[in-house]
Amino acid sequence: MNLTLRIWRQNGPGDKGRMVTYPLSDVSPDMSFLEMLDVLNEKLILDGEEPVAFDHDCREGICGACSLVINGTPHGPQKATTTCQLHMRHYKDGDTIDIEPWRARAFPVIKDLVVDRTAFDKIIQAGGYISAPTGSAPDAHAVPVPKADADAAFEAATCIGCGACVAACPNGSGMLFTAAKITHLGLVPQGQPERDERVLNMVHTHDELDFGGCTNTGECTAVCPKGIPLETIGRLNRDFLKASKV
Amino acid sequence: MTRSKSLTRSTVGKKAVMAVTGLMLVGFLFFHALGNMKVFFGGDAFDHYSHWLRTVLTPILPHEGFLWLARVGLLAAVIGHIWSATSLALRAKRARPVKYAHRKPVQGSYAARTMRWGGVIVVLFVIYHILDLTTGHLNPNPDGGPFARLSADFAPSRWYVTAFYVLAVVTVGFHLRHGLWSAIQTLGRSNERREKFLKGVALGFSVLLCAMFLSVPFAVVTGLVK
Repeated sequence: MNLTLRIWRQNGPGDKGRMVTYPLSDVSPDMSFLEMLDVLNEKLILDGEEPVAFDHDCREGICGACSLVINGTPHGPQKATTTCQLHMRHYKDGDTIDIEPWRARAFPVIKDLVVDRTAFDKIIQAGGYISAPTGSAPDAHAVPVPKADADAAFEAATCIGCGACVAACPNGSGMLFTAAKITHLGLVPQGQPERDERVLNMVHTHDELDFGGCTNTGECTAVCPKGIPLETIGRLNRDFLKASKV
Repeated sequence: MTRSKSLTRSTVGKKAVMAVTGLMLVGFLFFHALGNMKVFFGGDAFDHYSHWLRTVLTPILPHEGFLWLARVGLLAAVIGHIWSATSLALRAKRARPVKYAHRKPVQGSYAARTMRWGGVIVVLFVIYHILDLTTGHLNPNPDGGPFARLSADFAPSRWYVTAFYVLAVVTVGFHLRHGLWSAIQTLGRSNERREKFLKGVALGFSVLLCAMFLSVPFAVVTGLVK
């Protein structure tokens, strides 16, 4: 099939950037979205042009590197998948596809479609950990965890930190990511000693990094490739208010 | 960072201020709507209720004392609500300096997307509403009692006033449809199991409130109450 791609091109952090149109012919419906971009880049290189820079790594939906806003939706139209898991069979001949990077002050563009997501690392550094004694590994079932808590914690722990929640949020908020970590660590016994400090420090760091505030629109959870539920944000709110001694 | 500072400065703390002040205002709206229902018992009952509001808790409180306490509380809630909303809206604007060329709403309801501008419409309406029916400055019958003002206001010839009133009430309904559930979520009282139910309650309450407020001009325009 033949497509028209409109892609955000930006030479570097200082460049203003612009949407550039590229026609691409003979795209196979069996290609993944990223393979389609690989084909475009090969063509650009042969034509002596600069290839489009985009983030990718595992290409199987677990690393959280790929990060494209496709026709206005982070990770494209397919629910609960990353960009690399999206295939061209979802498009038809003659389609125009707009491809943009995550848009947030906290995620500045490095080049073209690649953004700097260090801000997420800083939120993790502020409290996304537990303190545990070193030494030999403890027995797997030494500390009992209720099944329901373990399931909810595990569901939250599937967050791959891709940043789609921020990209989709009308407020540019990183609350779903932060809430996933709060839930993941706050529901298991190992996370209890630092539970209060964790939520205060992680929310404080989140706010300092110029992310917006959450308004409960639910855009984040709709695009999340791991389907992190909105209730994690409710849990973060509850923990935050409790830790603030309200 | 101390805990009290973290509360008012953080996005979550500001949301909590918005939620608590919002719930106070919803409480007021409910009793306001309930009081309005007096109109169906006749103009005298309506005026009597209005008079009672001025004498309630006297002589412990002076004449209109309760009313003024309520007004001060409501004003504080309105200021807190607008302060947190403005602060978060400015932060949201700052958080995305470069806009998307192609953007489509994924899931957020119409109500959720229009909270900010809807809020502005509601504020403008409240100002008009007070000048019209409380102080009487913009009312065609400023010297009349509450019921006289009301029936003068929604006279068929002044259809545009009625239309604005209806628009404002519907805007409030949309605002509450998202706002009510959002407040519960912000205060950490929602979860995945309750979410659908709570959203249903928010919708049901908003529709009920709209129906109560709209029934008054409807009754006047159709001549149901005279």
